[in-house]
Amino acid sequence: MATVKIVKKACAVNPLKMSQPIGGAFAFMGLRGSMPLLHGSQGCTSFGLTLFVRHFKEAVPMQTTAMSEVATVLGGYENVEKAILNIYNRTKPEIIGICSTGVTETKGDDVEGFIRLIRQKHPQFANFPLVYVSTPDFKDAFQDGWEKTVARIIEVLVEAPKNPARRDPAPVNVLPGCHLTPGDLDELRTILEDFGLEPAFLPDLAGSLDGHIPDEFVPTTIGGIGVDEIATMGQASWTIAIGAQMRRAAEAMQAKTGTPFRVFERLCGLVPNDEFIMFLSEISGRPVPPKYRRQRGQLADAMLDSHFHIGGRKLAIGAEPDLLFDLSSMLHEMGAAVVVAVTTTQSPVLERIKSDEVLIGDLEDLETLAKARDCDLLITHSHGRQAAERLKIPFYRAGFPMFDRLGAGHQLSVGYRGTRDLIFNISNLIIADREQNHEPTPDTWRTDREPDPSTDQAAALH
Amino acid sequence: MSSLATTIQGVFNEPGCAKNQTKSEAERKKGCTKQLEPGGAAGGCAFDGAKIALQPLTDVAHLVHGPIACEGNSWDNRGAKSSGSNIWRTGFTTDINETDIVFGGEKRLYKAIKEIIEKYDPPAIFVYQTCVPAMIGDDINAVCKAAKEKFGKPVIPINAPGFVGSKNLGNKLAGEAILDHVIGTEEPDYTTPYDINMIGEYNLSGELWQIKPLFEELGIRILSCISGDAKYREVAYSHRARAAMMVCSKAMINVARKMEERYGIPFFEGSFYGIQDSSDSLREIARLLIERGAPDELMARTEAVIAREEAKAWAAIAAYKPRFKGKKVLLITGGVKSWSVVAALQEAGLELVGTSVKKSTKEDKERIKEIMGEDAHMIDDMTPRQMYKMLKDAKADIMLSGGKSQFVALKAAMPWLDINQERCHAYMGYVGMVELVAEIDKALYNPMWEQLRQPAPWDTSVVSWQAKAIAQEDAEAAALAADPVLVEQARRARKICNCKSVELGAIEDAILTHGLMSVDGVRERTSASGGCGMCAGRVEDILAALGVSAEVSAVPFLQAAE
Repeated sequence: MATVKIVKKACAVNPLKMSQPIGGAFAFMGLRGSMPLLHGSQGCTSFGLTLFVRHFKEAVPMQTTAMSEVATVLGGYENVEKAILNIYNRTKPEIIGICSTGVTETKGDDVEGFIRLIRQKHPQFANFPLVYVSTPDFKDAFQDGWEKTVARIIEVLVEAPKNPARRDPAPVNVLPGCHLTPGDLDELRTILEDFGLEPAFLPDLAGSLDGHIPDEFVPTTIGGIGVDEIATMGQASWTIAIGAQMRRAAEAMQAKTGTPFRVFERLCGLVPNDEFIMFLSEISGRPVPPKYRRQRGQLADAMLDSHFHIGGRKLAIGAEPDLLFDLSSMLHEMGAAVVVAVTTTQSPVLERIKSDEVLIGDLEDLETLAKARDCDLLITHSHGRQAAERLKIPFYRAGFPMFDRLGAGHQLSVGYRGTRDLIFNISNLIIADREQNHEPTPDTWRTDREPDPSTDQAAALH
Repeated sequence: MSSLATTIQGVFNEPGCAKNQTKSEAERKKGCTKQLEPGGAAGGCAFDGAKIALQPLTDVAHLVHGPIACEGNSWDNRGAKSSGSNIWRTGFTTDINETDIVFGGEKRLYKAIKEIIEKYDPPAIFVYQTCVPAMIGDDINAVCKAAKEKFGKPVIPINAPGFVGSKNLGNKLAGEAILDHVIGTEEPDYTTPYDINMIGEYNLSGELWQIKPLFEELGIRILSCISGDAKYREVAYSHRARAAMMVCSKAMINVARKMEERYGIPFFEGSFYGIQDSSDSLREIARLLIERGAPDELMARTEAVIAREEAKAWAAIAAYKPRFKGKKVLLITGGVKSWSVVAALQEAGLELVGTSVKKSTKEDKERIKEIMGEDAHMIDDMTPRQMYKMLKDAKADIMLSGGKSQFVALKAAMPWLDINQERCHAYMGYVGMVELVAEIDKALYNPMWEQLRQPAPWDTSVVSWQAKAIAQEDAEAAALAADPVLVEQARRARKICNCKSVELGAIEDAILTHGLMSVDGVRERTSASGGCGMCAGRVEDILAALGVSAEVSAVPFLQAAE
């Protein structure tokens, strides 16, 4: 059982954390015809937007209420009204999702009140989906913004079923955490469909940010789950929540519609997928398709082949709680030691991470401890690249953002197949690192010399 | 110490800015920042601008005082390169929380400075103010002053919280901060008659290093580059340079002008994008240095280097001529740096569409600037579908533009090249231009395009999305043309002023109802041309079309008196 420690520093160095409002905006991006709107100054949006564009290499819809200094002091009603009108007229969205920021929360803008006034004043918004989430920058992190937003979307947009007693067994709701990629969602969709289930994903980033070429050019999101589809989610037979962060949304769904739910905290690794597949078999009443029996065998074989490389590795990992829990647990099960674990925000999974301690800190903490504890595998998002360069250890990029490599949207970690590929990728990094930096030389095992890291380095190069 | 409001007002009055000089007193007071439409755009904020301008200072610790969003969402996102220290790429932020907002964040800021000095010991710390601490009244000037005294190290406040304005304003506020606190605070070990400053050059993709060897060959020393690949000390002693080149157009004009005023360093505005521009800039630097006392022979040596480099570059580009024969380029950009590539593209045998300019003389270039400046504005407002149609109509083979239109071009299976600041290739100087031409060749002749333009084999019966987009545009246009009321509506709905979002109809109505005679009058009534001023020409055209002649509008007061 890990002790959770909050690092006490006045200055965060090389932040691991990103802000809550863009986590919220990210959730809105999984809705069809959606325009996320940050209520704050224009930089609040443009920084987030740049991150998403660099991560996905796609046009990303995201707007701002462009609060000036004066507007901030006087209150932002006019800016919110103008922004909503402008977005409505220019981009013809199906939904506008609004997240607050540090600026407008410090002022204390009552955005729910603003929305009521806007609905009264402009009849076209009387029933138009406007969803507001309070997400101040100075609290919590990216994952929390996603968590709150999905829960809020359910509270506002899901309708209570007319006849809750009669549920069709095929439709199921899937509430994925923000640590899953569009590629992961597609993988899950295939698995669920193979059991004859009809999944509805909320949010569905696979529909909007998977890089497909849309049939029609639209300035909002180009796909994702529609507001009409969200409304009927209450009729599903089950809600499957992936990641502990989605418990809140699943509970909101149950409270509103009575749909039972099950939370899968992990979908990376052999045992978690066994549980998942058996659950699907159970709720669908179908035997496990032969395809998954084969995939399980492939994963088992991948684990056998890889354990030589991953076993005994000293892992330093920095990620948001659910991703941290998922990846570190899988690698722990492969024989790696979770030596340094750093995360961004509180979560019930943290104390179950297979490490002595989990820090809520930054990449400086990760780097310093990785060095002090002699780690030889680093996993974090792209901002870890500087640390990796200095530490000179294999670096696997995971999480958001991944701006300096391609294919971020399609990197898999779920399912037997996703786990298999992930294990191979990490093992190959380790093998390449050994070939490049740790090939033995005639001097490697000599004991008659002073151990000196710089000559070790030189020897490795010859 | 002047207040932030005074500093901003001072920046708006910048006499070095030609645009400022054409504005009325009231206009100037409003400032040059384009008022952003809520829900209509997403440019960077003033803090972003300040950080962009100063972050390339490589050995400085850049500390952002604010909630996690300001630094956590943006750090290490610039392509500037360093030849030495990498501390500039380290993200430092106070990451203030609820408690700090209630009790004030000054103590945390002070402690953060202390931690950075203890752990990293940089020659200086820049502290950036952001919106939230500005709102709660954290006095970063006072904290920086106290820290400077306590730790004996420069701790420089950069007062440009995001909500005071745009990125551009932030650039200038950053300039004010280094003028107030950095420039002139140290002395170089030695000086030479060949010392110059580069102002507004950020060394993105290492571009500065494409030019530097030429300077070194000529014996010209870049005493200080503000701020690409610069060290704190270099900027601190930059006041000893003999001459300066202002590279990034107007972003740091206040720095160039005030250094001229305070230290007598003459400057010129130049660019190293394009062969002609590179040669012009080298000559201008030599001329200014000679004027300030460098030996005359510098010019002869400079001319020799120019002749050699030009010949080499043109020879390299000539090789592409046969391959580029009949190929058309659609050049769309808001980036000032890219106008000057036009000549090189034409020299390589590419035909430019979207502009009628044949040869890039200075006047022609001004015209391209005007034409393309407007187009660049236009493209921001275009729907992707319209943009696609434009690509199709222009019959271009490749599109060169800034990042924003990238996805439309690429998804339309159109070769595309990034020529704005996000690009990862360096295109400066003579070598850079050859590199650009080579990149165009690579993009044009990639065999991939042919495959991608084929529909999926099962899609034969279905209309492709490209055809659908064109058909929809055409259908809308046809429907429009058939109805005279709609035609008139569409005509009146044409956007004249993009900054202030003013349509033709509103301007015509204002002119007719109020008997307006001049652009100034129209601006007062409708705000049109009150932003960047680019559309003043169009407003003149409208006045002319309505029978108000340009001569008359030049003397509106006389007319009004009659």
